[in-house]
Amino acid sequence: MKLSRTLPVAGIAALGAGAANAETITVATVNNNDMVIMQSLTDAFEKAHPDITLDWVVLEENVLRQRMTTDIATKGGQFDVMTIGTYEVPIWAERDWLAPLNDLPEEYQVDDLLTSVRDGLSQDGTLHALPFYGESSMMYYRQDMFDQAGIEVPEQPTWEEVRDWASQLHNPGEETYGICLRGKPGWGENMALVSTMVNTFGGRWFDMQWNPQLDAAAWQEAVSFYVDLLNEYGPPGASSNGFNENLALFSRGNCAMWVDATSAAGKLYDTGESQVADKLGFAPAPIAETPKGSHWLWSWALAIPASSDSKAAAKEFITWATSQEYIELVGEQKGWTSVPPGTRESTYANENYQQAAPFAGFVLEAMQSADPTDSTLEPSPYVGVQFVGIPEFQSIGTQVGQMIAAALTGERTVEQALQAAQRSTKRTMQRAGYLD
Amino acid sequence: MTTPRYKRFLLAVLAWSIAFVIFFPILWMALTGFKTEAAAIADPSLFFSPTFESYVAVHARADYLKFALNSVVVAFGSTLFALLIAIPSAYSMAFLPTPRTKGTLLWMLSTKMLPPVGVLMPIYLLFRDAGLLDTRTGLVIVYTLMNLPIVVWMLYTFFKDLPRDILEAGRMDGASTFQEVRHLLLPLTLPGIASTGLLAVILSWNEAFWSLNLTSSDAAPLTAYIASFSSPEGLFWAKLSAASTMAIAPILVFGWLTQKQMVRGLTFGAVK
Repeated sequence: MKLSRTLPVAGIAALGAGAANAETITVATVNNNDMVIMQSLTDAFEKAHPDITLDWVVLEENVLRQRMTTDIATKGGQFDVMTIGTYEVPIWAERDWLAPLNDLPEEYQVDDLLTSVRDGLSQDGTLHALPFYGESSMMYYRQDMFDQAGIEVPEQPTWEEVRDWASQLHNPGEETYGICLRGKPGWGENMALVSTMVNTFGGRWFDMQWNPQLDAAAWQEAVSFYVDLLNEYGPPGASSNGFNENLALFSRGNCAMWVDATSAAGKLYDTGESQVADKLGFAPAPIAETPKGSHWLWSWALAIPASSDSKAAAKEFITWATSQEYIELVGEQKGWTSVPPGTRESTYANENYQQAAPFAGFVLEAMQSADPTDSTLEPSPYVGVQFVGIPEFQSIGTQVGQMIAAALTGERTVEQALQAAQRSTKRTMQRAGYLD
Repeated sequence: MTTPRYKRFLLAVLAWSIAFVIFFPILWMALTGFKTEAAAIADPSLFFSPTFESYVAVHARADYLKFALNSVVVAFGSTLFALLIAIPSAYSMAFLPTPRTKGTLLWMLSTKMLPPVGVLMPIYLLFRDAGLLDTRTGLVIVYTLMNLPIVVWMLYTFFKDLPRDILEAGRMDGASTFQEVRHLLLPLTLPGIASTGLLAVILSWNEAFWSLNLTSSDAAPLTAYIASFSSPEGLFWAKLSAASTMAIAPILVFGWLTQKQMVRGLTFGAVK
């Protein structure tokens, strides 16, 4: 009797507590500067949405990817928002792991998103993630050193020219190196750059029947060029340099040139972090045989896993964090060089941004001209500029990356490395059922 | 016979040098935490103007105390459970061995040779169904099981070194098995049990694979806290060092305070 009387009361009390407590959504992300800013603006979001509380899980990129894949594949439901890239979105969307985002509110202005980025995050025409920031690749150089050497950079530099300039400006005695490039193995590290070089040298990862093409002449030419360039005019220990290490080297004034992500521009212009902020020149990523695929396209995006129990709240959050309103909030509170780049046309039309970021036009042009569906001279069956949009690529790219790093350190010749890469890629493709 | 003075001096220099080499990475990490991000990646130098900016940034980003409390609960909780299970089993193996005891011990140790990632999926699914994902209870269970083989092994060796006559004498005086363990075995092997417990605490504190994979926000311990400061884009060494220094500080102090027990326990029974 007593129990039956107390139960409804307890039930009502519990309901009341539920209504008073905000819905908590767990956001998994990486520790990039733009994400740190997003995290620091938690209060602004929670104030505007008092019924939602944000819980952050910040992890290192590879750990995050592994953690999210485990959770999403087992429908663990640990996360309501996940930070993923252009590579994962179509693959995960195809498996119905991500909630489709087809009924976005009108004020979100979905047409304002850059077309190339929107396409990269869509599966069968439906967005499955919203772009938080996007990047392409371009060339940074030291204007002061170029002026001193009397070098004029044309509108579209070529890799041959880059090698000539590197040879003129290389001065290891004073710890100034002709060029800094990624050497650290990984599909998202050295292979991002090497893939764009292979593209522009006329190569491709696979032919239309999914036969690996790593033993083709274009790969040999591109990788030899890369290895020679970096060994002759690069910093010592280049095989362990990734984005961060090169950013540090270039910011300290140790590199005359650097070809890497457009998202580095904001950091290089930040006088607090960079000693070369006032000596910076930039140009499109160099080309060789063809301009196709010479610069990459990547975007970090926010997606909602299908296993989330709080999809509506999660959607509220991701539409806020990728909105024009959010970009303006960051611009006003953190400065216009800190706004997440490469997602919306309106960012580039904004006068404040144009003034603060002289590189804005370049980045927009690079982002718009990168075409993941047509990035190789000869036809290829895959989508992606610096990656191949199939699940197996993560392991293929990392393995090939290790072999190319071995060629860079001189452990193997380029020919040996590429033959081994061809063999291992063929094996993986056979096992995955693409080849007989 | 006394050791000549110069020999003692040389030994002291050698010991200090080895200690310094072992301690150097920790010292360097602590120093890096007080540098700016730009200074942290510049050429290594002992001379720099210290700043607290990384500590301020780290503090603003994450709630250290929440992570630290999770670490304390799971490290000490799992150690307690591991000891509770291991003491009776080590007792039975040491004093009432069967022909299969050696085999059982080796089999237990062999589970440590399995790469944890090999069982990630089954454990993740079990935890998901049992509602243990992102809970301290879940981590305590995993850490208890993870450390159990080592704890049983260590206790087994400590117990075996105890002369059986002592326990037999107790039994002659009418002590029950529980009394035997409670009044004779435990007090006599306490240094060994203490050092085993300390080792289990340290192993659980430092464990990163399971804590990163089985927790997200509520139960995440300090290993997850450190992991959140590594970055694929942007400079992070100073902040990572500051976070790491704060993460290891409690266990370092704990180790410092208990070093006597640890050394005593580890050398326990070495001289008969």
